[in-house]
Amino acid sequence: MSEYTSPANVPAVSIKRMSKSFGDIEVLRDIDLVVNKGEVVSVLGSSGSGKSTMLRCINWLEEPDRGTIHIAGQRIGINEQAGRKMNNKELATLRAKTGMVFQGFNLWPHLSVIQNVMEAPIYVKGMPKEQARVIAIELLEKVGLADKHDAFPFTLSGGQKQRVAIARALAMSPEVILFDEPTSALDPERVGEVLTVMKNLSKEGYTMIVVTHEMEFARAVSDQVVFLEKGLIIEKAPPAKFFSNPETERVRKFLEISA
Amino acid sequence: MTEWSILWDAREIFFNGLIATLGLFSLSIICAFVLGCVLVYQLEDDSVLSKALRLLINLMRTLPFLILAYLLYYGLPQLGLRMSAWTAGLLALIVYHAAYFAEILRGCRLIMPEGYVEAAKAHGFTPLRLYLRIVLPQLVIKTRPLLGNQLIIALKDTAFLTIITLQELTAAANSVQSTYFIPTQAFVVVIVLYWLISICLELALKRAARFGAKRGFDYV
Ligand SMILES: Nc1ncnc2c1ncn2[C@@H]1O[C@H](COP(=O)(O)OP(=O)(O)OP(=O)(O)O)[C@@H](O)[C@H]1O
Ligand SMILES: [Mg+2]
Repeated sequence: MSEYTSPANVPAVSIKRMSKSFGDIEVLRDIDLVVNKGEVVSVLGSSGSGKSTMLRCINWLEEPDRGTIHIAGQRIGINEQAGRKMNNKELATLRAKTGMVFQGFNLWPHLSVIQNVMEAPIYVKGMPKEQARVIAIELLEKVGLADKHDAFPFTLSGGQKQRVAIARALAMSPEVILFDEPTSALDPERVGEVLTVMKNLSKEGYTMIVVTHEMEFARAVSDQVVFLEKGLIIEKAPPAKFFSNPETERVRKFLEISA
Repeated sequence: MTEWSILWDAREIFFNGLIATLGLFSLSIICAFVLGCVLVYQLEDDSVLSKALRLLINLMRTLPFLILAYLLYYGLPQLGLRMSAWTAGLLALIVYHAAYFAEILRGCRLIMPEGYVEAAKAHGFTPLRLYLRIVLPQLVIKTRPLLGNQLIIALKDTAFLTIITLQELTAAANSVQSTYFIPTQAFVVVIVLYWLISICLELALKRAARFGAKRGFDYV
């Protein structure tokens, strides 16, 4: 259902030689990653390996030190024509093309469920309220929350909150949706409802980059699995190969422990 | 009961004073609140301007209100800037309480979870929209009791302006008591009037609290 605005052959996300340090600590090193339209990429790795930082660099919530990132063919962070960093407005325009779903949901607490979903289309895209409402109703139905329009976030369970957050991201028709451990803060029995929604999105052709610890999900849904270790991508493979025949000892160990 | 009939005869003086106080109060707190919000938006960046503003806000908060009013009305003319009592009084109220409003909102901004802001950035909000739509509403809901307190203080500060010759409610009481020598009764009248305004404010704030309570914010 997402309205693709760029030619089909341009990757949704293309990262080249991206590095990032916090102080003296190099958190990401020479990351290369191409995510084509409609692909799902799962990012695995142990705690502190740089998964969140990688995701946050893609929409410039963190500013990488080196390398380039293109969203649907457009360079983010740097205005190449003007040869300078992007200003807030330019950055916002590109960020509007990426959706993000956080571990902690981050729904805006002062807005109702449907207002959370309508907010960015109206105030970022300038969409008329009525149109935004129609889209929001459709999306809330898609994530199974048609009966919660006027509820406020604090009344929802974690799984419901995360599904609203997904609807909120979808409302912008993003080129790619970035998920940072979307099920890690949920009760075990709520994990399934969120994963089901995400599986359906992948079937519908949404492009997604998913940092997760859900091996089953990664195996069943991904087109590529990426393994980060101390800021390096040490394996990148289709799930069949990644899970049954990993190249590195490190990944083999990781899979053993996670199994 | 003659004193009370004198008061009744002087009702127009009180009424005019009341209108002046209400006008001063409402105009100044609206402007002060808006200015306070603008200040907090300016403080979002870590710039030289924001450092200067922080300093200014802190200076304002350590200054007694009466001295600020004196400075504007009696001090500025020495520098060639003469204002009417109304202009000086309004300006003093606005600047002074804007600093307090800013400080209240800023304190709340510091402890606001960054996740809400990041979610808004990730969805493409520009800084101003983000502030107006996501940050400010939450700050106002959360600081409602403190903002309410500040309103009452601002109301009482309007009484100081009698000293720079502004004809508000306290000045009205003063003129009645000095003309007819009935200080107690004259001041009882204005105390009751201030008290009534405060009660109306409290009631309005209580209603506003429901807005936050419905959204799961702490204060009821
Ligand atoms: N803002 C920051 N300032 C300083 N160091 C940071 C910052 N953010 C992350 N780091 C450090 O960068 C490294 C990678 O962090 P990151 O959050 O990307 O890891 P992660 O793979 O997402 O881990 P987790 O699975 O625990 O979420 C960690 O060592 C972390 O302490
Ligand atoms: Mg993380």
